[in-house]
Amino acid sequence: MENILRGFKENKAFRITTSLVLLLILIAIAAPVIAPYNPLEAVMRNANMEPSLQHLCGTDKLGRDVLSRILYGASYSLGSVLLLVAIIFVIGTTLGVLAGYFGGIVDTVIMRIADMMISFPGIILAIAIAGVMGGSLVNAMIAMTIVTWTKYARLARSMVLKIKRRDFVEAAVVNGGTPPHILWTHIVPNILPLMVITAAADIGAMLMELAGLSFLGFGSQPPAPEWGLMLSEGRQQIQTAPWLMIFPGLAIFVTVVVFNLWGDSLRDVLDPRQDN
Amino acid sequence: MNEMAQESFAGKAPVVMQIRNLTKKFELDNGKELTACDHVTLNVYQGQTLGVIGESGCGKSTLVRTILQIHPATEGQVLFDGKDILQCRGEEERQVRRKIQMVFQDPTAAFNPKMRVKDIVTEPLRNFGLLKKEDVDAKAAELLEMVELPAEFKDRYPHSMSGGQRQRLGIARALSLEPDIIVCDEATSALDVSVQKNICELLVKLQKEKQVSYLFIAHDLGLVDLMCHQVAIMYLGNVMEWLEAGRIAFHCRHPYSQALMDAVFKVDYHKGEKIKALAGDVPSPVDLPQGCPFQGRCPLCQEICHQEKPKLKKVEPGHWVACHMVK
Repeated sequence: MENILRGFKENKAFRITTSLVLLLILIAIAAPVIAPYNPLEAVMRNANMEPSLQHLCGTDKLGRDVLSRILYGASYSLGSVLLLVAIIFVIGTTLGVLAGYFGGIVDTVIMRIADMMISFPGIILAIAIAGVMGGSLVNAMIAMTIVTWTKYARLARSMVLKIKRRDFVEAAVVNGGTPPHILWTHIVPNILPLMVITAAADIGAMLMELAGLSFLGFGSQPPAPEWGLMLSEGRQQIQTAPWLMIFPGLAIFVTVVVFNLWGDSLRDVLDPRQDN
Repeated sequence: MNEMAQESFAGKAPVVMQIRNLTKKFELDNGKELTACDHVTLNVYQGQTLGVIGESGCGKSTLVRTILQIHPATEGQVLFDGKDILQCRGEEERQVRRKIQMVFQDPTAAFNPKMRVKDIVTEPLRNFGLLKKEDVDAKAAELLEMVELPAEFKDRYPHSMSGGQRQRLGIARALSLEPDIIVCDEATSALDVSVQKNICELLVKLQKEKQVSYLFIAHDLGLVDLMCHQVAIMYLGNVMEWLEAGRIAFHCRHPYSQALMDAVFKVDYHKGEKIKALAGDVPSPVDLPQGCPFQGRCPLCQEICHQEKPKLKKVEPGHWVACHMVK
């Protein structure tokens, strides 16, 4: 936490990207206030209007305002992605730390399950889950959680294995620390920076994957204003109404770039190697 | 050996810890066994220092890590406080740790980089519920003062301190529980000579004040000679010589001890004078030869040394040597 505050003061790139991230989140939260129209309201009279002063990003084939849908989509897409990354981060890190610290049977069970999960490509599993439970944002998130937590588990496990052999962990054992105490005060704080950096850098990729699943029809369902879904809906009219793909695509692009840059600068701020 | 277990050398302080036939074998991936400690038997006396010397890889660190139960022993006992502490598990094991603490070799690696000095020195007390959170600052200042560090250091992080200061911090942490035994695993070998001297003086001073026993692991013969009351010389996991009193330079008789002494650097070499380094490398502890472990490098090696492993035998009161050739 101190590092983050110090980084905010000293690192210009981190200051800028953090502000942009906060701006995006603010937009997502404030969407109902700043969106000029109801994103779900179809006004057939206004169908397929070009971008103009009334409709800055044009309207779609049902006459819905694209800008309003993108703004609402921010809360939809960003919210789901942040939640997804948080869930994966917690599950993956916890299981990885337990596997690495306790070793033996715990390690074997957790890592073999991880091996099974990683052998599915995410999309295939999402199709399977959508086939069984129906396509929805929640199901897409479940599919992605099942596939992606393994990455965090592996990373956390390998770092715990490395830290476990350091003298200060042995010292903690000799000092009479109980396993929960050692895990919580000696191991977790020392692997957390790298895990957080990984998660931050993953936000962009996750956003793309969720949008991709929605685009294919396994994620959000119409009429939800989700960016990937909007791309999918605009696809048929790319020649007559290109703004239906351009603006949601731009929204995804900008968000992914902002979060990736933020992840990079967060690494500079938190990088454990620069501790000394 | 049994004789040694019972005999307490004349004028000695009471025994606080008895290490009996302690053996540690590591299983390697290819199914072979690595013998790091082979039936080590030693005594630690109250308020005195037991020095363990040997080359790198001779099992010194494995010995202390086994005693501290950082990894389990293959065989043997460590009698302390009337029980075999190697059999203790769980909470009982944790309670034993209160009495046996350790100072680590590398002062840069021995502290959690995310913790402040005051949390580091008081952590053992907090682990055993002996210190309330609001008393941390006062106790930390007291402990730092004891090892002659300024009390203001308590709010620092260890990486802003020098090697010698950090080693003092390690000693303060080890002393915080007021243990009976402190294991110093090459505690001074990572330090400058001048800092080393200060740390050793501090250790001796604290020993006099608190009657604590040290298990002092080192490879510096001169230092061990100064610091230690008893000396054990180890080679390939075996105790080759065990001196309960007397000085290494004048009393050691094992050919390996002699060779170690010849290899010590002096400051007054004459031009052209050669250092008598011990020839050959330590053989692999994986495939130990039959007979004496030192046979390949020993100048006195005879037929019997290839066939039979010498046992520690008493050559004079309080002095045991494991060699067929030393009578």
